[in-house]
Amino acid sequence: MNGSRAASSRAAGLTMAWRLAAFRSEGFPLIPTAILAVLVFVAVFANVLAPYNPEIGTLGDRFHPPAWQAGGGAEHLLGTDHLGRDVLSRLIFGARVSMVVGFLAVMVAGVLGTTLGILSGYLGGWVDQVIMRVTDTWLALPALTFAIFLAAIVGPSEMNIVIILGAVYWTRYARVIRGEVLSLKERDFVRLAIVAGCSKRTIMRRHMLPNVMNTAIVLATLMLGVVIVTEASLSFLGVGVPPPKPAWGLMLADGKKGLMAGYWWLTVLPGLCIMFMVLSANLLGDWLRVKLDPQLRQL
Amino acid sequence: MKRFVLKRLGFAIVSLFLLSLTIFVFVRLTGDPAVLLVEPGASAADLAEIRTQFGLDRPLWVQYGSFVTHMLRGDFGQSFYYRTPVFELYLSRLPHSLLLAAVAMAFSLVIGIPTGVIAAVRVNRWWDSAGKVFALLGLSLPSFWVGLLLILFFSVYLGWLPSSGSGTTLHVIMPAFALGWYFAAAHMRLTRSSMLEVLGSEYVKLARLKGLPEALVIGKHALKNALIPVLTLAGINLVLMVNVAVVVETVFAWPGIGRLLYEGIAFRDFPIVQATVLLGGAMIVVVNLIVDVLYAVIDPRIRYER
Repeated sequence: MNGSRAASSRAAGLTMAWRLAAFRSEGFPLIPTAILAVLVFVAVFANVLAPYNPEIGTLGDRFHPPAWQAGGGAEHLLGTDHLGRDVLSRLIFGARVSMVVGFLAVMVAGVLGTTLGILSGYLGGWVDQVIMRVTDTWLALPALTFAIFLAAIVGPSEMNIVIILGAVYWTRYARVIRGEVLSLKERDFVRLAIVAGCSKRTIMRRHMLPNVMNTAIVLATLMLGVVIVTEASLSFLGVGVPPPKPAWGLMLADGKKGLMAGYWWLTVLPGLCIMFMVLSANLLGDWLRVKLDPQLRQL
Repeated sequence: MKRFVLKRLGFAIVSLFLLSLTIFVFVRLTGDPAVLLVEPGASAADLAEIRTQFGLDRPLWVQYGSFVTHMLRGDFGQSFYYRTPVFELYLSRLPHSLLLAAVAMAFSLVIGIPTGVIAAVRVNRWWDSAGKVFALLGLSLPSFWVGLLLILFFSVYLGWLPSSGSGTTLHVIMPAFALGWYFAAAHMRLTRSSMLEVLGSEYVKLARLKGLPEALVIGKHALKNALIPVLTLAGINLVLMVNVAVVVETVFAWPGIGRLLYEGIAFRDFPIVQATVLLGGAMIVVVNLIVDVLYAVIDPRIRYER
């Protein structure tokens, strides 16, 4: 018993090593992964890394330019905003907000969409009809407008944003996962499971779920970028993360106040952060799509 | 054909029903809809009056019935801020949104189609990779950030273009570019894949065998067919542009529907928010229906497929 477990874990270790080697050889997106890793690191250790409190500024130090520009100083490397808050510290804590909201929203959407997609695809009949009609209708709503509508109802807070984004984006999963399940359930191993007397519940949990996991992960990676842009847009419009929390979208909204005066760093820097994060997530997602899920290559 | 159209029409009606139901349910999900429908800071007496006026004390299905019949008559309630019917406001803003969307669409096609064709003709070469990077950037850069950068560069540093407002030709350039940017990438990707498919077809091979110059084969014979899916997508995207421009319109203070939605949020004017979402969704359902039917008219195979 023990021996066989050790052998199987060694085999798993070997497969893992083999996979990693294969990953490296086939154009593994090193730079995007590194950028995401750095952003995660920055988000986790924001308290240690940030030189100042991101929510409290000194009004005497308003609109300091970055250190390398005339008038900038070493005490605020990336300058200060309209309330004299340190831009670098706000960007660092903003990474945390984006990461937390982005990951949680993708998880909420993923769990909801995958569950409903499996139910819809496997059970068929009226369950399928109801779920798919709702999915079609919700997909017809422009995502941002729908999110704004929901935000106007429940009010802005970080947790509400997660729920709203989850409610808006689960339909993307449900559609794709359902299609996947429809072809899976015709496969022999599922028929065998039915003959063996597995309940529908067991089949969905033990046979459908593991087989759609790859697709769900690919979708989640691609969705991360979309969700982060939507969060930034909501914050920018004032229905996202409430101030004075340092969210990148919120910083852009504040930056607009100094735009005409030429305070470029308040607009350019948060946008660059969003761009790097979204671009990295998309590149990684694209690569994962080709790697993990040949069926999605055509998408 | 008739059966197909009726079936699609049925789907569209179900979608519109679910759309109104979604909005109706969400408004009532958080407890008291009177709080949303009344102006912020209203007294308890006002709240009670709103409840009887909107019949919020009646059973839910009666409420839903009156909600739908009001909408069908074009009655989306009164704006708190503007003191006019929301539907009138919507219609007065619609032309601005359409203008912006049309110019943005022109931008996106002028950029997207040629780059897509080049990427397809020079597949897996330098041009193709450049096109991929461009498409990825288009899909990754938030449109409002592109807008802000445009303002910074063209209004603040160069002083060439007005940073906000509307009225002259100059005003429409930057918002249209910021809005069209994302769609240009989408159109480029579709042009590329559609062109690649057409270039592999028999009739293109025949045209080449005939000895036609390559420019003529691609520019005339292949392009015509390759553009069909692109133009379909463009038609759907035009409607989408009207409805997703909220951030761009806010950045440039462009008086369209997006800006109306933003004002709805900023002034806590809930009837505006509700109407914008409903009408936006309805518009897209209708366009999808039209596209489906048109496709069935053009291509008989689709009629019998489902």
